[in-house]
Amino acid sequence: MNNLKSRLAKEKRFKAYGIISIITALTLLTILFVSIFSQGYTAFQETRIQLPVYFDQEILDPNKTSDWDNIKKANFNGLVKQSLRNLFPEVSGRSNKRKLYKIVSSSAEYQIRNIVNNDLSIIGSKQNIWVLADDDVDMLIKGNINRNLPENERRIDDQELMWIEYLESENLIKKVFNKTLFTSGDSSESEQSGILVALLGSFYALLITLALSFPIGIATAVYLEEFAPKDNKFVDFIEVNINNLAAVPSIIFGLLGLAIFLNFFEMPRSAPLVGGMVLSLMTLPRIIIPARAALKSVPPSIREGALGLGASNVQAVFNHVLPIATPGMLTGTIIGMAQALGESAPLLIIGMVAFIVDVPQGFTDPATALPVQIYLWADTPERGFVERTAAVIMVLLIFLILMNSLAIYLRKKFEKNIT
Amino acid sequence: MNITIILITLVLLAASSYYVGLKKSISIQKSDKLHSAPIYHGSLLAIYSLIVSLLFILIWHLFENYLYPEFSLSRNLIFFLSLLVFLITALSVFLKIEKNFRAREKVENIIEIFLLICSTVAILITIGILLSVIFEATRFFSMVPITDFLFGTHWSPQIPIREDQVGSSGAFGAIPLFTGTFLIAFIAMIIAGPIGLMSAIYMSEYATKKTRDIIKPLTEILAGIPTVVYGFFAVIVVAPFIRSSGEYFGLNIASESALAAGLVMGIMIIPFVSSISDDVINAVPQNLKDGSLGVGATKSETILKVIIPAALPGIIGGLLLAISRAIGETMIVVMAAGMSANLTANPLEAVTTVTVQILVLLVGDQEFDSPKTLAAFALGLVLFFMTLILNYVALNIVRKYREQYE
Repeated sequence: MNNLKSRLAKEKRFKAYGIISIITALTLLTILFVSIFSQGYTAFQETRIQLPVYFDQEILDPNKTSDWDNIKKANFNGLVKQSLRNLFPEVSGRSNKRKLYKIVSSSAEYQIRNIVNNDLSIIGSKQNIWVLADDDVDMLIKGNINRNLPENERRIDDQELMWIEYLESENLIKKVFNKTLFTSGDSSESEQSGILVALLGSFYALLITLALSFPIGIATAVYLEEFAPKDNKFVDFIEVNINNLAAVPSIIFGLLGLAIFLNFFEMPRSAPLVGGMVLSLMTLPRIIIPARAALKSVPPSIREGALGLGASNVQAVFNHVLPIATPGMLTGTIIGMAQALGESAPLLIIGMVAFIVDVPQGFTDPATALPVQIYLWADTPERGFVERTAAVIMVLLIFLILMNSLAIYLRKKFEKNIT
Repeated sequence: MNITIILITLVLLAASSYYVGLKKSISIQKSDKLHSAPIYHGSLLAIYSLIVSLLFILIWHLFENYLYPEFSLSRNLIFFLSLLVFLITALSVFLKIEKNFRAREKVENIIEIFLLICSTVAILITIGILLSVIFEATRFFSMVPITDFLFGTHWSPQIPIREDQVGSSGAFGAIPLFTGTFLIAFIAMIIAGPIGLMSAIYMSEYATKKTRDIIKPLTEILAGIPTVVYGFFAVIVVAPFIRSSGEYFGLNIASESALAAGLVMGIMIIPFVSSISDDVINAVPQNLKDGSLGVGATKSETILKVIIPAALPGIIGGLLLAISRAIGETMIVVMAAGMSANLTANPLEAVTTVTVQILVLLVGDQEFDSPKTLAAFALGLVLFFMTLILNYVALNIVRKYREQYE
């Protein structure tokens, strides 16, 4: 009976291994989410500094033309600098002044320019404007730069720190929701960079992918499952091809896109059109396989009932089998699209990886995609970009979670349909 | 004449011919019994004429561009000709509409042919892959001997501009890439194999339904995370962690290491291994399990001595599929494993892989006659066949195993 004891101990140990491995997997998942969230959540806010701007008639419109075409050439940068000097009148010396000018983002002059453009009557008045802070200041305010470090180890020196602390004590610096992140394209300055180009690029590419792979995928699944002759060599060959394509590494589809779409058909590089086409090749088997499973799980009684009442084969399939299988097929399609949204390797190969500032207007304008933007920004060592990379990941994950929840909802509906 | 205008006109024409066909068949239906419902007559009229006129435009286009380029007509003329073709076809179908006209069968035939054509797209994609990869790879092998490529141990694809340039000899020995790829895949499997397999066993044999319903979706989340996110995770969390713990033990680890990439890739593959093993274990017949438990074996003894041996082929097949996934993975390795070829088995050093080099060679540079860019296609060819063979073997093993118990 001693033997039994050791056998039961063994049993317990074995069970513990199972629990340990599940806990390990879940812990890793938690670490992944926590690390990304803790890096990224601050990026949804940006730091702004209040500047007392005097819209000086002498600088903006010395000839009193009130004509925007004249005014737009004015020295707005000088206006920003003057406002900063007004804020800190005690600063003197060229290098100190230059340092002072750097606490606001270089986009401040464009912001002020836009304000003047929107309302020319503002000229001559004094206004308090909240302008974007420089990324280093932003990082300091968010606590990503430690103020207690020795001066030579942080990117903000003591004098700048003094200015910022003065601004803080006067409530002239604040954190607001980061609109820039969602309304601008890439930029070399992290505080001015945004994901609009990537968002639109992903959106256009996915539209193309859906438009191509959904009809072809569903048609293929319907043919193979409902119409294809059994024991036919050609049909077998199609099936082998589909199963193989599902396992081909995604980067290979990028090679196909480069050699055939770009070089042979001379389509535009970096365009969401080609990106979408490449992704649709990859998504096609991922739509076909679950769609076939959905069709297969429709009870044969439905089909036979329709046939028995005199419906033709096509009528039985399209009017009776397909409506029941639709939620199941949509589940597969949405999961396939979610995978396409997260895919980056083939897009890198067809050149959807570039520094693109201008918002794409259509399917053939150069753009990037969300996962590619992650790759691009993850490469930059600046702390401001690390934060934004994690933020893009959060945006991407939110989209994926939404798509997958929809898929799960549809799957539940499908399961109800077939029982 | 713009092609969109032609298409829109044809579609509008098709819509109106649908209506005409519908009207005529309905009027016949008033006195006689029709073979097919009126909508089939309308649809046939519209679809058939549209297909014929589109085919006409397509054939004309090919004819003009490739066969007789000098025999080129104005776009307007083609437009009117295609309209004419449409009207003639529509008229001929229209005249055939009568009570015994089998419109439904014809429409259904067209639908079936359309479905068949769609399903051949998968074959076209495979052909496309093979053509693009093989064609460019042959060009590469005409510049660099295939034996140098497959068996050379020195990889340095930069073609030197000057004779004496250091570090860029234009060598294309791919062995370091293969070893790097397999090293990382090996590390990944060490992580994913046991964890994935054990969690699958626990989930299918021990866990209650309630736990399964909670944990299964959670592990599926791991499977849905884009690989570029894993890459970022490797760079920002795992690599610094490995580096600092290496320093603790007095080891000097590069910030890009095979270990970091392999570890993270292992995490990525866990749900893949566990879901395949889960399927395989569930396919083992219940009576085998019951027999073992009935003669007094404990659960773990049943699992280790009955279920696993019975499921072994399936599990091996699943692991092979996981390896092929690891070999083809790009983003994690490109971000975490490094760029420089390094022939080593030391997981603490930076290595590079086949997929990383394909990316590095192709991003940016676009001259299509240099061996540097063509080498990417040769690597693609190797990668394609490597994963193809692995998948083929794995799927066959899994299928044989399933048949054994069906």
